[in-house]
Amino acid sequence: MKTESVVEKVLKSGQLVVTSECGPPRGANPDKVREKAEMLRGYVDGINVTDNQTAMVRMSSLSACIIIKQMGLDPILQMVSRDRNRLAMQSDILGAYSHGINTMLCLSGDHIHFGDHPMATNVYDLDSVQAIQMVRKMRDEGKFQGGEDIDTPPKMFIGAAANPFADPFELRVARLAKKVKAGVDFIQTQCIYNMEKFETWMKGVCDRGLHKKVAILAGITPMKTVGMAKYMKNRVPGMDVPDEIVKRMGGVPKEKQAEEGIKIAVEQIERLKEVEGVAGFHIMAIEWEQKVPEIVERAGLLPRPQV
Amino acid sequence: MITAERKPMEEILEHINPYNRILLVGCNECVTVCAAGGRKEVGLLSAALQMAYMKEGRTLEVKEITLERQCDPEYIEELVTQIDRAEAVLSMACGCGVQEIAKRYTTKPVFPAVNTKSMGASERQGVWAERCRGCGDCLLGLTGGICPIARCSKRIMNGPCGGSTKGKCEISPDVDCAWNLIWERLKELGLEKKYEEITEAKDWRPSWHGGPRKIIREDMAE
Repeated sequence: MKTESVVEKVLKSGQLVVTSECGPPRGANPDKVREKAEMLRGYVDGINVTDNQTAMVRMSSLSACIIIKQMGLDPILQMVSRDRNRLAMQSDILGAYSHGINTMLCLSGDHIHFGDHPMATNVYDLDSVQAIQMVRKMRDEGKFQGGEDIDTPPKMFIGAAANPFADPFELRVARLAKKVKAGVDFIQTQCIYNMEKFETWMKGVCDRGLHKKVAILAGITPMKTVGMAKYMKNRVPGMDVPDEIVKRMGGVPKEKQAEEGIKIAVEQIERLKEVEGVAGFHIMAIEWEQKVPEIVERAGLLPRPQV
Repeated sequence: MITAERKPMEEILEHINPYNRILLVGCNECVTVCAAGGRKEVGLLSAALQMAYMKEGRTLEVKEITLERQCDPEYIEELVTQIDRAEAVLSMACGCGVQEIAKRYTTKPVFPAVNTKSMGASERQGVWAERCRGCGDCLLGLTGGICPIARCSKRIMNGPCGGSTKGKCEISPDVDCAWNLIWERLKELGLEKKYEEITEAKDWRPSWHGGPRKIIREDMAE
């Protein structure tokens, strides 16, 4: 074992991992974090805490992670390279680990263009591949990115994202291979709706043996309404929502669409369980965290292993 | 070349409002090529400013000069005979030119009439696009001759990110995804394997992050 991470322990036990996420509030109220995290207790092995997602200012991922950790749950620290240079990233990693946070996700982050401070400067001192290298070096070599020794290195289980649906498709396995080479331990994918395309990507991943080196958690986001399906299809960059999904959501009355969305999510999980290389699920119920327990239960992912 | 764009008239007028006699200085280099501050643009701006003054019942005296190179002290010297009469200088050169005038003629206020944009190239008639950020440590040899620092919105060194869609950047369908271009070019060159090499974290010291930069050529410097 490289770390004390529950995600790593569940993977090691050979069982499917389940993670979910919780977006911190646009304010300083810690109870909002507690409310969202409490809903997930007992249903997931780790809770991603987003880092100024969609480039909107929110309570910091690190502080929300600490709140969740204090509740006896297992937060996953998301860290984007958009807002921090390597000094700030490393000091936050040390701080996180000092609070017992041992799992993190290295991301580049949505461009500031999308957020509420499009006039801000972006940092991008590192990209996600280089951030993975940095965290791995901190953990395995006990050295800062700059080369000096760390007194008590942070032992982080290192995650990253992969979007099998972005272009060019032919590069998507190769880009994952770069993250693997950099030292990533687990991957959470972009929300999957186009199952065939995901399976093609997974086959490419397995053909190169990458699934033996990195745990792939398939990203699942239940649709609430047909409007959301259309929005994700047309407006979210790098998202692939097939027409069938939009049609299926639109084919039921409005009051039943949420249930249809959950049903689709559960069916997707059932199908993906059979796909070689899928090591678990990352369920992102955007501002709909209360539905995660139901999805986990209906998908037969309970009880969560005690490790 | 260095590309630039003329500032809005209101802003220029606000700068020169206290003055009635200005020296309007163009540059015959980059800003001429990108049609922002050459002889022609000097003439146009001069006429527009005088007109704006006239509308307010004022008179603006403009002396127009276009120097060979405003970033070169040798040419800046040519203003010496004109500078006394002017109350202020309005420069249509890039930021380098404006600063050279300010350095040489310390008692005269100097205002920029253009916004310096980037180091770029002409894409087609009337379109100039950014190509180089002057990072001081060129990596074009690794990326098929396409710069991810200047042309990827996230300066990603190991792209493309998850927002690349149909060859375009997530920030706008009008922006090419630099990593898509890099990949296409590597394929054309038969260098696909190169893609899998990780580009390590960049040393930003040779760039603007290391403080103001200076080149000293011992063989040439006096």
